[in-house]
Amino acid sequence: MTRPELLATAADLEELKLVLDAGADAVNIGGSRYALRTTGRFSLEEIKQAATLVHQANKKLYLSVNSVMHNEDLDGLSSYLKSVTDTGVDAIVFSDPAVLMTVREEGLAIPLHWSADIISTNYQTVNYWGKKGVQRAELARELNMDEIIELKENAGIEIQVQVHGIMCIFHSKRELVSNYFNQAGQKVDHRSDHLKSRRLFLKEEKRQDQEYPIYEDDQGTHIMSSEDICMIDQLPELIDAGIDSFKIEGLMKPASYMEKVVRLYRKAIAVYLEDSKSYRNQANEWRREIEQIQPQGRPLTTGFFYKEQIF
Amino acid sequence: MSVATSGRTAHAGAKAKIARPELLAPAGNLEKLKCAILYGADAVYIGGQQYGLRANADNFSFAEMEEGVDFAHRHGAKVYVATNIIAHNEDLPGVHEYFRRLYEIGINGVIVADPALIEACKQAAPDLEIHLSTQASTTNWRTVQFWKNEGVSRIVLAREVSVEEIREIKERVDVELEVFIHGAMCISYSGRCVLSNHFTARDSNRGGCCQSCRWKYDLYEEGGEDELRQWGNAQETNAFTMSSKDLAVIHRLPEIIDLGVESFKIEGRMKSLHYVATVVKAYRQAIDAYCDDPDNYRLREEWLEEIKKSGHRSSTSGFFFYQPGHEDQLFGEAEEAAKYDFCGVVLDYDEDTRTATVEQRNHFAVGQQLEIFGPDHQFREVVKEIKDEEGNVLDAARHPLQRVKIKVSRPVRPWDLLRKVL
Repeated sequence: MTRPELLATAADLEELKLVLDAGADAVNIGGSRYALRTTGRFSLEEIKQAATLVHQANKKLYLSVNSVMHNEDLDGLSSYLKSVTDTGVDAIVFSDPAVLMTVREEGLAIPLHWSADIISTNYQTVNYWGKKGVQRAELARELNMDEIIELKENAGIEIQVQVHGIMCIFHSKRELVSNYFNQAGQKVDHRSDHLKSRRLFLKEEKRQDQEYPIYEDDQGTHIMSSEDICMIDQLPELIDAGIDSFKIEGLMKPASYMEKVVRLYRKAIAVYLEDSKSYRNQANEWRREIEQIQPQGRPLTTGFFYKEQIF
Repeated sequence: MSVATSGRTAHAGAKAKIARPELLAPAGNLEKLKCAILYGADAVYIGGQQYGLRANADNFSFAEMEEGVDFAHRHGAKVYVATNIIAHNEDLPGVHEYFRRLYEIGINGVIVADPALIEACKQAAPDLEIHLSTQASTTNWRTVQFWKNEGVSRIVLAREVSVEEIREIKERVDVELEVFIHGAMCISYSGRCVLSNHFTARDSNRGGCCQSCRWKYDLYEEGGEDELRQWGNAQETNAFTMSSKDLAVIHRLPEIIDLGVESFKIEGRMKSLHYVATVVKAYRQAIDAYCDDPDNYRLREEWLEEIKKSGHRSSTSGFFFYQPGHEDQLFGEAEEAAKYDFCGVVLDYDEDTRTATVEQRNHFAVGQQLEIFGPDHQFREVVKEIKDEEGNVLDAARHPLQRVKIKVSRPVRPWDLLRKVL
């Protein structure tokens, strides 16, 4: 059985060290430009330091260049991609085809991971990007387990699945929080990082038990899931399916939380691969440990893995 | 020498001939397809039984598509089919046959968002035109270039691009572009929202969107020590909502025509026959007025009036001219009540007796004032007499789809529509 990669996000060099020590095989970070919903923004110098640290530990570093790009963002994209390639990052995580085009045109020898959040939902699409030279696809969170298993069976490239953490469920270019305050007569400076750091959440009128975080930044407004995915109980299904990488999303979580969760998943993978029979007993305990550090009001969920959707 | 001002900036000499963009209208069913074309649409887009994003629309069977294509082609118009779901594995079997069938029927193009379907279409029906759906959120020229290289013949741009951005895209890439000019809008990047999935387990990207963005929300802010502040309150008038006003650019159409974009799209496959006819007619007239004689173009008040009569929510120009702010959203204000109600379609007209045969679509009665309009005429008329098909005198047309005969003072034609003035 193949040992899946355990991938964690990191907001800064401190957190990067913590998750590496906790057992992450790879770390996903955001840079100072083009990073969409990454936990932090590393400068070029910090990316270099991160690459050195990660490679010393014999692990991998992935950089998100995953924003929705407008014309003006293309200025400097190729020089940015060249610079970050030179830092030694092991892959670039993208969603806009402009990145793929630019990497190809510049002849950069950097692996690409396709991560389009909501819209990577079938194996033909994944293989389409494979034919374009992409090495890995991160799947949409709105897929169920059967779909993921079938997708992996038919995919010609690596498949990454988010197994833990928050999900983005809405992205608008509009400044919806500022707009709300403005219409209520309150002035808001949306240019500042203000609305990102404020802890705002929405409750839908008829779903008062669910809290959906909402924040605004230079790329618009983001609404996040009210629950955190936690697949530590069901990890064996995904390991058996041969999923190549398990991602732990750290958005809106402190480093101490990430350190703990990464450590538990590291252990879970090891236990299953060495002694699959004892997995079930221990899984309950791991889940309890995570529940103890869950932020208030954020239940754990298996997301869409076991949920039927209609349309 | 002074010329009567047209409200536009001065141009040296007469304007060069301006390319006329395609006016592309929604057609939720066969009747709307015919109506849209007769009222001036150069092309219509429809949904089939599969792969479209409007699971609740009444959508076309293959036989209806054949009839629609035949009608459209006889009138020099085109038909595109929306196949713009983000597919899951289970949607893939059968997709090749579907595209082949569309091609055989004579469909002029398909609107696709998922690369899996683009590939399938290229394999199954290499001569079928592919338009990249706005669901793919294409926002920059390099990505437009990418899709062009992939064999896509037209890109429907994301609604988030501005006129400046469109101009640059047009300059840099030689490929057909299409923009939305009118109708309801996602407030998110299209395709980048799964609120429906999370709230109701309905897959928004496969046609299940239940418009959760337009629901009411409470907005809270967490402070320090157990502090929780409530800003928006769903129970009161200051609910947090994310509803966009409807897109309308008829008041600034020349600026958009000047971009050289090939196709102007009107949203609304779920909208009524009356909406389709009214909106298409207004934009048809405005586009023709400008393209025929740009130097003497003048925005006509009646176009704005007509748009209002279509049952339009208040308007915004979206992202064309500026980043939309709170003025471009609906925050619980009461919608202006409609002043007109669509109430009938003319099926036939007898010149000798000046009698119109009308199919009823809403209650109307003797003594009420109607507005009767067709693609190029419009007049008001007080209903003097209503008879049923047997010649019995009625005081009102009460039943949906009931056929009645009314006296009219001026000639009318089949496909003229009746709206009552409230």
